[in-house]
Amino acid sequence: MIEIDNVSKWYGDFNVLKHCTTSVTKGEVVVVCGPSGSGKSTLIKTVNGLEEFQEGDIRVDGTALKDKSTNLPKLRSRVGMVFQHFELFPHLKITENLCLGQMKVLGRDRETAMKKATALLERVGLEAHAHKFPGQLSGGQQQRVAIARALCMDPIVMLFDEPTSALDPEMVNEVLDVMVELAREGMTMMVVTHEMGFARKVANRVIFMDRGEIVEDATKDDFFGKPRSERAQQFLSKILTH
Amino acid sequence: MSYNWNWGILLEQSPEGIGSYLYTLWLGLQWTMLVAAGAWILALAVGSVLGVARSLPGRWFSPLATAYVEIFRNIPLLVQLFLWYFVMPELLPRSWGLWVKQLPNAPLYTAILGIGLYMGSRVGEQLRAGIQALPRGQMMAATAIGLTVPQAFRFVILPQAYRIILPPLTSEFLNTIKNTSVALTIGLLELTARARAMQEYSFQVFEAFTAATVLYLLLNIAVTFAMRLIESRVAVPGLGVLKK
Repeated sequence: MIEIDNVSKWYGDFNVLKHCTTSVTKGEVVVVCGPSGSGKSTLIKTVNGLEEFQEGDIRVDGTALKDKSTNLPKLRSRVGMVFQHFELFPHLKITENLCLGQMKVLGRDRETAMKKATALLERVGLEAHAHKFPGQLSGGQQQRVAIARALCMDPIVMLFDEPTSALDPEMVNEVLDVMVELAREGMTMMVVTHEMGFARKVANRVIFMDRGEIVEDATKDDFFGKPRSERAQQFLSKILTH
Repeated sequence: MSYNWNWGILLEQSPEGIGSYLYTLWLGLQWTMLVAAGAWILALAVGSVLGVARSLPGRWFSPLATAYVEIFRNIPLLVQLFLWYFVMPELLPRSWGLWVKQLPNAPLYTAILGIGLYMGSRVGEQLRAGIQALPRGQMMAATAIGLTVPQAFRFVILPQAYRIILPPLTSEFLNTIKNTSVALTIGLLELTARARAMQEYSFQVFEAFTAATVLYLLLNIAVTFAMRLIESRVAVPGLGVLKK
């Protein structure tokens, strides 16, 4: 589904991604973790072309990002993305947030789009808030709306970029619950997160990044059981002590 | 100071034979409003293009827009108006230049063009500031759902940016109205020109300019209220920058 092939990226002289190679197969849930500044957010944003990269290539469902003939907006419309800071469109009501992409990108009529939006709002438990503006919702509610907005496009894969790290602690679980449910339904997911409980529960594989490199790429059991690299061991011991 | 106050002068006939002095001021106000409206529409259109162009880095049109802004906001408006009115027709091919000079209402079109293009550079800077004030993630979120860059601007970026810059846009609109007085130098009989004419015919300088001042004030207060109304109309509940 996603093949990341020897991707390198520089911000000026700074090498943010160094020869990253990995893949996500259909139905797989891959958690990407690592210390801050390790390049994990940058890596996930390269997958749908939100961040450019200088070397290597990425294929999503067989379409190569570096191919000049690739229609990036079309490719992005099939890849759902959830951001750390939700990034709902604050000037649009919740339903309009959910319908915009459906109508302008997929060409659905308002009625079809609204039906889909309503169904997905129900699914994330927010149908009562359909006619509010994003600013009137809590962080957890906004992030659930953001997930619903991505799902409205019927994505073939979902990318999550630290979806719970901007949330108050008591709201983390309502978002993780939605994500767990999604994973159990067989959605292909790539998730940048520090929530190791979530990783243990639903991940198939865990990727550990440090200083722009993929240091560890292992099954969940191998990663939590016996991480090979010292850096991953240190990272785990730091975040799992409490 | 010995000055003969005579407010009654406003109702006396002006020697131009078109009605009272007050009526000539009213005619001037109409021209002022016409120039202001035309220039403001032009400024919004030009400013929108400039603001968007300057927000898209690394393309050829961004430096072009920057050059426009720097040229138009750094030359005095009065000089720009003279350039458009006296110099530009001479630079055109002869037949075009003649056509321009013979245009009926040439001062009107020149004033709208000159003031509009000048104010456009200012509106463009405001819009650029508004666009830059948005979180970078908004553009990412818009393109992530598959919107093209023009669609992202149309449906996500600009509706927010214009809301943010409404208060400074009100000031720019008021500036546009006040700047129309410069048009008297190219022979447009707008409000200030009418007040000067009244002063010259009647020697009642205080009454003439007091009346003009009051008319400018009333017009600008009306515009301020109208813009406030628009602000509250488009306010988004829960959007921080627009909280009352």
